[in-house]
Amino acid sequence: MKPRNLAILLAAGLALGAAGCGGSDSGSTPEATSSQGSAAPSGDAPVSFSIGCKPPKSNPKEAAQWDADVAAFQKLNPNITIDSKDAFPCIVPETFQAKLAGGEMEDAFYVYYTDVQKIIASGQAADITPYLDTVSTLKDIRPDVMSVFKSGDKVYGIPRTNYGTGLVYNRKLFTQAGLDPDAPPKTWTEVQAAAKKIAALGPGYVGYGEYSAGNTGGWHFTVSIYGRGGEMVSPDGKTAAFNSPEGKAVLENLKTMRWTDNSMGTKQLLRWEDLMRMMGSGKLGMMIGAPDVVQAVNNDFKGKFEDYGVTALPEAKASLSGGDGYMFNPKATPEQIKAGLKWLEYRFLTPGQGQFNYERSKTDGLPVGLPTTDLYGSAPEGVKINEQRTQFATVPVDHFKPYVEGAANIPFKLEPPKAQEIYAVLDTAMSAVLTRQDANIDQLLSDAEKKVNNILAKSS
Amino acid sequence: MTTMTVKGSRRRTTGAVRRGVRRNLTAYGFLCAALICFAFFSWYPMVREFLLSFQKTNFVGPPEWVGLDNFRTVIDDSAFAPAWINTAAFTGLALIVGYAVPFVAAIVLNELRHAKAYLRFVVYLPVMLPPAVAVLLFKWFYDPGPGLFNQILGFVHLPGLSWLDSTSTALISLVIVSTWMNLGTGTLIYLAALQSIPSELYEAAELDGAGLFKRIWHVTVPQTKLILLVMLLLQIVATMQVFIEPYLLTGGGPENATVTVAYLMYQYAFSFGNFGGGGALGLMLMIVLMVFSAIYLRVSRDDKN
Repeated sequence: MKPRNLAILLAAGLALGAAGCGGSDSGSTPEATSSQGSAAPSGDAPVSFSIGCKPPKSNPKEAAQWDADVAAFQKLNPNITIDSKDAFPCIVPETFQAKLAGGEMEDAFYVYYTDVQKIIASGQAADITPYLDTVSTLKDIRPDVMSVFKSGDKVYGIPRTNYGTGLVYNRKLFTQAGLDPDAPPKTWTEVQAAAKKIAALGPGYVGYGEYSAGNTGGWHFTVSIYGRGGEMVSPDGKTAAFNSPEGKAVLENLKTMRWTDNSMGTKQLLRWEDLMRMMGSGKLGMMIGAPDVVQAVNNDFKGKFEDYGVTALPEAKASLSGGDGYMFNPKATPEQIKAGLKWLEYRFLTPGQGQFNYERSKTDGLPVGLPTTDLYGSAPEGVKINEQRTQFATVPVDHFKPYVEGAANIPFKLEPPKAQEIYAVLDTAMSAVLTRQDANIDQLLSDAEKKVNNILAKSS
Repeated sequence: MTTMTVKGSRRRTTGAVRRGVRRNLTAYGFLCAALICFAFFSWYPMVREFLLSFQKTNFVGPPEWVGLDNFRTVIDDSAFAPAWINTAAFTGLALIVGYAVPFVAAIVLNELRHAKAYLRFVVYLPVMLPPAVAVLLFKWFYDPGPGLFNQILGFVHLPGLSWLDSTSTALISLVIVSTWMNLGTGTLIYLAALQSIPSELYEAAELDGAGLFKRIWHVTVPQTKLILLVMLLLQIVATMQVFIEPYLLTGGGPENATVTVAYLMYQYAFSFGNFGGGGALGLMLMIVLMVFSAIYLRVSRDDKN
């Protein structure tokens, strides 16, 4: 090709590409989606909506289950077309805002509990309160679970999974260290003693692991202080409340294990994947976590279900609730939201169906039996789900019995306002205690309190 | 008659312009392509970032103008001062360590008689590694337990260090990673500059009795003065934007010892969902970097003159 033609082609191509980029937003305006998705507000008018977090192609069995459910749902609702978007991981903070800005966000998008209140406060999710009368199972979902997606009287999302935080432990290491894996620690003193024995197994063994970087340290500080009955912020949410005996106890416990007992290993500044890797490698004895940790360790970090157990958080008076769910794009039309809610109920909220079709999961060779979802508590749906989970279990359910029994009596608590900002501040206190033997806990908590008060004052 | 002359003159001028455009069409085509690239991938984001720093936006509804609120928010942040101090310290340390090492490596490579090509490849190898891989490699090197560095220290009977886990060694540990990752590029640029020095100058210096260090000081340094200055400025601009090392290795810790301006910017935008705050920090950093960029342009222009 002649240089002149090449140059013209290059410039024209780039100009077209740039024009294409600039125009991508227009297809997602409420008017545009309205005309594409639903021509008329009638209940049976054709409507299509997009949804995120379809299981990725790398997970073919779960992806096939999703596709089968979509086909069955569309057969039942011929006017609804689902445009599934697969992704792994389902949400990436770096792309979330960019997708919203670029008009590429799905009509129903996936969220972790941690982000829900931030998204509501930013006006980045639709108020779905007017459409909830179509979701018949909603009345039986635990009120504390639904409150995750509420702001005032308005509802902004639907939960998919829910769990309280407990203590994940390596049963194999417990046995090796002469501990009884069927009698996991119930107090922090017992955790300390168990951690010492595991660390004594030899170099590289860590009795108890804890986060302290990338905001995860602050997150687990919150889990721990809730467990001890403390609070992160005052009831009106305007001042910090963690500079308390409970907050001090959290840091002192860690300081003792790190420097007196030497049971926490030498490497600190750990983040989520670090503890997962350590747990998967079989060298970590215990960590704060929920059954989803065992799932992640088994699926992605070369661990085996049978080697792990979960128990309730020691001495727990309350538990930070964790989980995920779906919210709706503010640009989605009412028809899309109604259709989306119908699908969410079909796939994620109905016993024996979708994610709760344990019989199918067992047949497909997927793990069944982890208590990863407690949406209904003791309501009839919850009882039915638990029965079927036990009936079709493929993982040793006894390993999670202490968690299920213990967690039943522990109330859930939500994350504090401005959670990520507060967690970032408390990372400092957590990292100080774990990396500096002379760390002054009173001073650390006092400094963090001032910083958090400043953050809360600005947001109120 | 006069009218006809004017018309004829205009026709000639238009024809000349047309011919000129036709003749330079290729150049205009390539220029347009470059302009479109810069406009969309550099200038437009810069303008957007500038506007964002004065706005509160959720990317759904129209943005709200908030004046200097975003700047006040980030300045009041307890991590703001440490971020700037750490960034300045990182830049300073990177200059001391990272600036001298490639220059010395280039001189050594230039003086070598054998295995030159092989060693050049070895020096450039880290640049070919994806930064995330290189950084994660150092995460293992720095492990206070079985990590490579402490194993080496143990081998020579020295006590192990906490490396990333100590407020006193965390930042310098990041500088070492950064220096190792960027060593190859700097070395190759210096090497090219060294090879452009006429060998007669070294021969003359040798005849005058100059030893190795005198030859470096009186011939090499003056002859590469300009490239040294340009590299200095480019390195300042690059190292002040340090992000990937604290992001992957320390998460800004311990105790904010490695939080940098770029890392704080990331926290604001992606962890806190406050793009206005992130934009404000970005604008502040951009202004500082513009000063160094202006000096760089001045130096480049002086070179041309």
